[in-house]
Parts: sequence; C-alpha cells; structure tokens
Amino acid sequence: MQATHAVPHTGIHEEHHGDAGFWRTYVFSTDHKVIGIQYGVTALAFLFFGFTLMLMMRWQIAHPSVPVPLVGPLLEKLLGSVASQGKISPDLYNSFGAMHGTIMVFLAIVPLAFAAFGNYVVPLMIGAPDMCFPRVNMASYQSYVIGGIIMMVSFFIPGGAAQAGWTSYSPLATSIATNGQTFWLVGMIFLITSSLLGAVNFIATIIQLRAPGMTWMRMPFFVWSQFVTAFLLLLAFPPLEAAGVMQLMDKVAHTSFFLPTGLAVGTLGHISGGGSPLLWQHLFWFLGHPEVYVLILPAMGIVAEVIANNTRKPIWGYKSLVYSALTIGFLSFIVWAHHMYLTGMGIRVATFFQTTTMIISIPSVIILTCMFLSLWGGSIRFNTPMLFVMAFLPMFGIGGLTGLPLGFNFSDLHLHDTYYVIAHFHYIVAPGTIFALFAGVYYWYPKMTGRMMNEFWGRVHFWLSLICMNLIFQPMFAQGMAGMIRRMSDGGANYTAAHNSATGAEVIGGLSDGLIRLHVFILWAAVCLGIAQIPFIINFFWSIKHGKPAGSDNPWQATTLEWQTPTPPPHGNFAKAPIVYRGPYEYSVPGHTADFTPQNEPDKA
Amino acid sequence: MEIPYTTEIRRDTGLYNAKVGIWLFLASEVMLFGALFSSYILLRVGAPEGFWPHGWLTVWLGTLNTIVLITSSITTVMAWASLKMGNFGKFKMFHAITLCCALAFLCIKSYEYHDKFIHNEITLKDGRIADGHVVKKTEEAVTIEGRFVKDRKDLFNLSTPFLGPPKYEEIEIKTADIATMSNYGPAHHTYNAIYFTLTGLHALHVIGGALVIFYLWAFGGKMWKTDPERFTNRVEISGLFWHFVDLVWIFLFPVLYLL
Repeated sequence: MQATHAVPHTGIHEEHHGDAGFWRTYVFSTDHKVIGIQYGVTALAFLFFGFTLMLMMRWQIAHPSVPVPLVGPLLEKLLGSVASQGKISPDLYNSFGAMHGTIMVFLAIVPLAFAAFGNYVVPLMIGAPDMCFPRVNMASYQSYVIGGIIMMVSFFIPGGAAQAGWTSYSPLATSIATNGQTFWLVGMIFLITSSLLGAVNFIATIIQLRAPGMTWMRMPFFVWSQFVTAFLLLLAFPPLEAAGVMQLMDKVAHTSFFLPTGLAVGTLGHISGGGSPLLWQHLFWFLGHPEVYVLILPAMGIVAEVIANNTRKPIWGYKSLVYSALTIGFLSFIVWAHHMYLTGMGIRVATFFQTTTMIISIPSVIILTCMFLSLWGGSIRFNTPMLFVMAFLPMFGIGGLTGLPLGFNFSDLHLHDTYYVIAHFHYIVAPGTIFALFAGVYYWYPKMTGRMMNEFWGRVHFWLSLICMNLIFQPMFAQGMAGMIRRMSDGGANYTAAHNSATGAEVIGGLSDGLIRLHVFILWAAVCLGIAQIPFIINFFWSIKHGKPAGSDNPWQATTLEWQTPTPPPHGNFAKAPIVYRGPYEYSVPGHTADFTPQNEPDKA
Repeated sequence: MEIPYTTEIRRDTGLYNAKVGIWLFLASEVMLFGALFSSYILLRVGAPEGFWPHGWLTVWLGTLNTIVLITSSITTVMAWASLKMGNFGKFKMFHAITLCCALAFLCIKSYEYHDKFIHNEITLKDGRIADGHVVKKTEEAVTIEGRFVKDRKDLFNLSTPFLGPPKYEEIEIKTADIATMSNYGPAHHTYNAIYFTLTGLHALHVIGGALVIFYLWAFGGKMWKTDPERFTNRVEISGLFWHFVDLVWIFLFPVLYLL
C-alpha cells in the first residue's frame, strides 16, 4: 500500500471538474473518464435491448405463431401490422434478427469493450492526463449516439427495421421494399465515423502520451490489446463504409453495384445490371473478420489484467502475448473469405484462406495458453472478476476450437449457415467476450465510483450466467450438426421429418422432433439468463451510493497506473505526473515487503 | 490541465499529436478509397465484352481540373512555408489562390455532372436507339443534339482515334415513340455509378478541406498573433489533408477519364 501514500487523497466526490455546470460535466464532457462511462452505460443499455430482441425471437422459434406473452400487445401497439395479434410475423422476425446482430456487435460489445473500457482505462494506464484529442473524443460518442438513435427509429418506420441480417447481403438487402435498410446504412455510417474518430484518438494517445518511462514493453497488455484493436477499426471499417455508400446508392440512386444483370425480384424493375453480389460479401467480410478480433482482443486484455492481479504473480509470457496480439492484427486482414466458402470460390483461393485461417488460430492459442499457464502456482483470489475471467478461458476455448471445422471448407460446406455457426461464435462473444466485460465492470467499478460492487450478488450473477449460457448454446451444436439452418422464423418446423411424412414423401435428413423440442429448452434457458442479469443490474446501480467503500485508491492492490490515482480520478487524472520505473506486472517480487510493486514506485537502491 | 505535445514535438516519436492523428486518419481514408478503387476494378473486369465505356468523359476538362488541383497543392505548401517564415500576408495570398482553385474545381465538376444529367439514351418503340444531349423537351416531343446508333455497343467506345468524333445532329423524337429514356446519371450503367460515387465522395472531401482552409484563412489572424506555432501546425495539418484529396484525384483522373 506504499504507493497510495504518495498521492493526496481528494475524496470520493464528483466535484473535480470545477464549475463547468451539469451539461458540460456530464453530457458534453471532453473528459475521457466521463466519455468512457457514457459509452459504458449506453452500451450496457443496448446490450440489454439486444438481449430482449433475442428473447422474443426465441419465443417465436420455440412456439411459432403463438402470441408473445407479456409483451405481445405492446409489440402490436408499437409496431403495427408486423406484430398483429401480438405474434411475431416472419418479417418482424427478420427485423429482430438483423437488429439483434447489429445492436450486439456495433452498438453494444464494441462500444463497451473498446470505447468504454478503452476510454476510461487506457489514458490512466499509460499515465496520460487525458486523450490526445478530447473534443474529437466527445464527437466520437455523439456520433455513436446519433447512429444508435437512427437504428432505433428504424423500428418504427413503415415496414420496420432492416431485415437482411447484420451482414446485409445484396441483392436481398436492396430488394426488400421498405426503407429499413436505408436507415441501417445511414446509421452504420455514423457508427463507422464514431469508431474512426475513436481509433485515431486511441492510437495517437498511446503513441504520444505515454508517461516518462512507460516504454512499449512496459505497457500493460490491456493497452496493447486496445492498440491493436484500434488499428483494426481504423483500417478495416473504411471498406465497409465504402460498401455501405455503394449499397446506399443502390437503394436511393438505383444504381446496380451489387445487382447482377437480369435480376428481377421485388421492386427492382429497371436496373442497369452488371453489378456483383460477391463484391458486397468481400467488402463486408473484409471488415467482418477483423471485427471478430475487435470483439475479442479487448476482452483478452481485461483477462490478462484480472489474472495478473488475482494470481498475484506476473502474467506468463508477456512478450509472447504482445507479439501474438500484433500477429493476430496482421493476419485478421487476410482470412475474410473463410466466411464465403459456399460462394463457389476456386480451390486455390479456398486453400489460401484455409491456410491463413489455420495460422491465425496459433497466436490465439498462444494467448490462451499464456493465460492458463499464468494460473499455475498462483495463490488465486477467487473474487467476482476472477470468477468471470476463469470462466472466460474454457468458454473461449470451446468457441475457438469449434471454429476449426468452420475454417476448413470441406467441413464448412455442411456446417455453413447452421445453428452450429451460431453456437460457435456466441461461445466466443457471449460467455467469452461478455464474461470478460463483466469481469472488467466488477474490476474497475471501485476506481470509477469509489465503492465495491456486492460480492455475494456478483457470484450469484456469475454462476447463473455461466450455467444458462451453456444450456443455451450447447444444444445448438447438436441442432446445427443435424443440419438445422439459421434464420428460419419457425425454427425449422418446416423441415421436421413428421411434417413431411404427412405429405407422404420420404425425407432424408429431416429434423427429428427431439431437435425441434430443444428450442423450448433453449427458450427457458434464455429466460433464466435474463433473470440472472437482475442481480447485476440492481447491484450496478445500488452500489453507486450504497456499495462497500473501496477503502483506498487501490483496493485490489494492483500494480498498474490507473490504481495510483485519486478515486475517482479528477479531471487531469494524476495529482502528480507519474514516472514509470518498471514493468506492468511486478507481483510477489522476491525480497519486497509488499506482494505488489506499482509501476511508478522508484527503485529503493 | 494541459495535454502535452499539442504544439511541441515529443522527443522519441518526433511528432506533435495532431500530426500523428492526421496520418492515421489519412491511412483510414486510403482504405476507404482503396475499397472503391478495388470495386471499380471488379466491376470493370466483370463487365461483358465491349460494354465498358471508353471516352464518356471530356478529357480536356479533366486535365484542366488536374492542373487546377495541382496548382492548389503548390499554393498550399507555399502558404505553410510563408507562415514558417513569419509572413502572414503571403499566407493570405497563397491560400486565397488555393480557395479559388477549390472553387474552380467544383464549378468544372458540376458542369461535367450537369452534362451527364442532360445526356440521354433513348430506345424507340421501333427498336432504334438515339443518344444525345437534350436540347428541348415538351409534352409531345424531345429534341436532342445527338445521333442514332444501330448497335447499342456503338455507344460504348467513343475514343476511336482515327474515325474522329461521331457526327451529331438535332433529332426530334415524339414522346409517343419512346420506349425507354435514361439519362447518364448513376443508374445508367455501373460505370456511371462508380464514377458518380467516386467523384462525389471526392468532391465532398474537396468541400470539407476547402471549408477548413477557409476557416483558417478567414479567422486565423487572432490565433496567429497569440500562438503562431500552433496556428502554423493547423495549416500544416489541413495542408496534409488537402494534398491527400489532390492525390486521390491524381488516381481518379486516369482511371475514369483515360483508361
């Protein structure tokens, strides 16, 4: 606890911002910490909203064309004919599906993992007074909010929100007659602008504003992971923006960038043709795959911090982690076409992308292995953040390993577009990334508020979430391997063996009743997962005022710089500009009295 | 609270913050235009034999615009250099030229756009194809300055050097005889689509850059007096962006006008 003595304690109050007034302090703030919290709260709200969309979809899958209980009448009132009698029509199901994906990826997880934690923690960790460009930072958040509002508004326009999935493949996306897709595209342009402004700011801050002594190899792994993530956002998003502009032209100016000659579907009468549907897929997945690493790298960063702190020993293989993260960054730009094996690509191209896909799993495995090895021989503190992180490791492992059959085109041909894929990437993102994000919330909460979240309810939240997540996603592997396709509003009832035997025809590969009945099981597991979040939500708000006081500026006894500030950190962060003398994870150094040595503690010699 | 390195250079990186920021931003812009140029290549390679247009744009207007933009890039450097030498008056003069160039570029570009919007391809009910610029349009008839072609393919290659330009005459076509009529806007052909998208996006960049330069040019006097170094940096940053916009055009011109 030596380090905290050096810093004058300014008390747990929010009055550090001077007399800027309410609006400048909380709404139009340029302080990275306020912006980080704004991002965090907004993204958590979107996370919850995306989850409720999914709950309604699961109801429809489990009980096709049965009115949704509780919210059915409300849906009809709000959305009109697409939800008549409180039932979810196929159109509405498609809207919910598209928006669930869009909201979860672009409005919830990325803003939470990258923008919220990155904004709050990165400048503190590198010893900077703020981000490089505070006003650009504010513009980034505002652009994000505008994009989010446009996405939300699109639910209420005639015909409803976008229906073509979060991937928005043309010509489907262009030929659906409503304006939902146009709203989606305009919203995406705002979200892309937001992430561009954020990414520029993050990279510039990490390059320019590191405190004296904070060399590259003394940066906490979390900062490295955010650094690589920012580069992915910076370079991978613009091609999607270009594609978005072109699809917008297709929608609004009636061009045919993605519409082939001779296409006659829906409202597309007189098109000039000559476009390429594959072009959209290439541009989309050029973003889409790096985006996967945008989702996972910040989570790995959080995991590294929490593990080092709670095993009370240095993270195993810091350099390997850093180089692996950089390798993942580079490789993630040349694996995108493994999402497109079914488009009929040539063998040579497929071989190239299979090879790069297999290679990119190596650095991911290195990172996971380093995390596991870090646990070895540590005296582990099992607090809530650590529990979430411990669960992240095997959950991410399941998600990653089940991805290998999808990376080979021969096995992907069978599994493509089935529930297996859904289970695979949700294992990466839901019990993977989201668990790491929960760990981050519990871990940095005392720094943000000066109070701890309740430990008991944190554990309840953890165990229920862990069990329910697995009950939801494990059955999907079985469904998918049996050939159940995604995105069917009746959950595949059309393909049951029973249904087809009614017509007398013998069906090979029809779905068994058992597989269909799993939908009901998954529905109730999802409902339980929703209930499991109640302790978290209450805990989150209740602890702001009534949580146990953190007791010091460094309640977890951590080494990194964000804990060597007053709590919560004032505008400008550090009472005295920090100087860094050592690496990020000096825990249990032999010969030291305390089992942790903060980065800004000078050598005693 | 002061953020370090806003004007002074950080020793180990050799840069001030905004310069790192603008280069990162430009890297992202390269990816944006790179994706569009790649799309251009894919669409062009995928077009049926003989149906990718040649010579649809006026080369000398494009050349003029290229000269205009290169001139503006030179004056942008000179404006920044003038500030470095402490001469605010010269800065004003050079950036005035830059702004005039930006305006000239946009005027020429809008003329070219307008030219495309009045240019029509008309399929008659008897199967003939007329092509030309609309001169007069009434309820009953359309008058174009153009020609009839036998084969639609003839419209796609206007740059045959030895035949000279095709002969154009005034043709009046009765509205009742018209089967379809489509102007050379974005929806006419994927070439027009990518042409309008690329140049439109580029024009937005020109407008954005010109607005920033105008802001610094018109209201920069105060900052020049109080914080000349920071002001010079701002001019440098806006100049870097302007050079990028110029560079994009250097690629656009051959790709769309010449090839």
